[in-house]
Amino acid sequence: MQLTNRSKKIDKREMTLAERLYIPAVTKGLAITISHFFRKKPTIQYPEQKRYLGPIFRGQHILKRDEQGRERCTACGLCAVACPAEAISMVSAERKKGEEHLYREEKYAAVYEVNQLRCIFCGLCEEACPKEAIYLQHDKFLPAFTERDEVIWGKDKLVENMDNRYLREGWK
Amino acid sequence: MKVTIDNITLDVEPGTSILQAARQIGPEVAPPAMCYYEPLKGTGGKCRACLVKVTAGSEKDPRPMPKLVPSCITQVQEGMVVENTISQQVLDARKGVVEFLLINHPLDCPICDQAGECHLQDFSYEHGSVQTRYEEDRRTFEKEDFGPYIQLHMTRCILCYRCVYVADQLTPERVHGVMNRGDHSEISTYIAKAVDNEFSGNMIDVCPVGALTDKTYRFKNRVWFTKPVEAHRDCPKCSGKVTLWYRGDEVIRVTGRKNQWGEVLEFICNDCRFEKKKTSDWVIEGPSAVKRASVISANKYGANLTKPSFPLKQAALEYKKLDEGRDTSQLGIQPVPQERFEKLLPPAE
Repeated sequence: MQLTNRSKKIDKREMTLAERLYIPAVTKGLAITISHFFRKKPTIQYPEQKRYLGPIFRGQHILKRDEQGRERCTACGLCAVACPAEAISMVSAERKKGEEHLYREEKYAAVYEVNQLRCIFCGLCEEACPKEAIYLQHDKFLPAFTERDEVIWGKDKLVENMDNRYLREGWK
Repeated sequence: MKVTIDNITLDVEPGTSILQAARQIGPEVAPPAMCYYEPLKGTGGKCRACLVKVTAGSEKDPRPMPKLVPSCITQVQEGMVVENTISQQVLDARKGVVEFLLINHPLDCPICDQAGECHLQDFSYEHGSVQTRYEEDRRTFEKEDFGPYIQLHMTRCILCYRCVYVADQLTPERVHGVMNRGDHSEISTYIAKAVDNEFSGNMIDVCPVGALTDKTYRFKNRVWFTKPVEAHRDCPKCSGKVTLWYRGDEVIRVTGRKNQWGEVLEFICNDCRFEKKKTSDWVIEGPSAVKRASVISANKYGANLTKPSFPLKQAALEYKKLDEGRDTSQLGIQPVPQERFEKLLPPAE
């Protein structure tokens, strides 16, 4: 019974002498193999090499600083209220005299925590932020964690490093 | 007295203002009020947020009033016809009022403790435009301390004078007021004198914006992360009926109870407001009713989840009756009665 037209009928005749020598068949096979050496490789050497994920990929969180290195976040809580997974929590504090170079606004986030097990990388926090402080980086994956205590990310991991600033296409 | 507001006619007592008459109909018709505060005598007529159009002055004299009138200080007359939300002129005027109120407002809502329960926020959200046309510098003031409990951010003030009336009517002597004139006017205690009397904390409750804020609550948490709970205690000075605002198990703020219009029902004393911040000090009555549209009810799933109308309509249109004629004897299931679906679905248009 034939189910589809794709199956090939097996030729059960005696092989000819040329076929019995196998040489032409082996050469044909080798030619296919060798031709693949010269084609473009579809694989990359991850993690040494990384693919460009596009300008709107949502990866690891970052709390941006402004041009003068002051934290932009003012702990307004809009990201936390927008978060559908309730991953963000924060404690605000008042800026003291002499801290003007550290925080841009009168109020700042003394504690800012993202629970990475809860986060679903939807980007709603980024949309809600009125101060352009939180971003999901388009070029960085969240590293894997193996321990429970690595799951909650505090400000030590989130705040932008001024020596290695995060820039996005279209930003100045 | 018969009065018609937005095509709704109702009977009111003589001497009622248009605003109060509109409030009797409901919040859809009531004009917004920034400076008018029912429990305080003499308030109103300053902010112009409640302007309405009177298309017929009274039965005797049905001519329209030449200009828009402030509804909080205009009394109704027999046969008066008022247009509030149905008049484009009123809505345009209100847009202008919002623009003027926001000219010197710093718009620092992400920082301000009042955000989420701010009347100016609501007012500008409902009536204002998205962008500002103002390019000049906004006036700035230094932050000022009114004693140990109250902080003044003069930049946020809209000069509604409510706090001045509180001081006049609730406390034996007033030590603060409005200084200077015009653009320079500011609320102050003159020589940075502390406001210390038993009921001064009510200034915080009546302030429609975040100009007067609770220092003990300063930057503690955002309004929408706290849970309001009604409570009372035996207080020798005041009624002791308050709203406690919880963060977890901790009372982080105590305020007076407010009605639908954001007006305090009973003024409370400073002891209740600033000193009693333990659950053991209070008798809890139950959670406060929070409006569904309020941001305070955000992030609480379940009962107050609003279902958008479009998918419901779509579901009603596409709903097909199950074919009950088919043989279900082998499936071991009971056919679900039709009535159960019909209750959930709105009627298709």
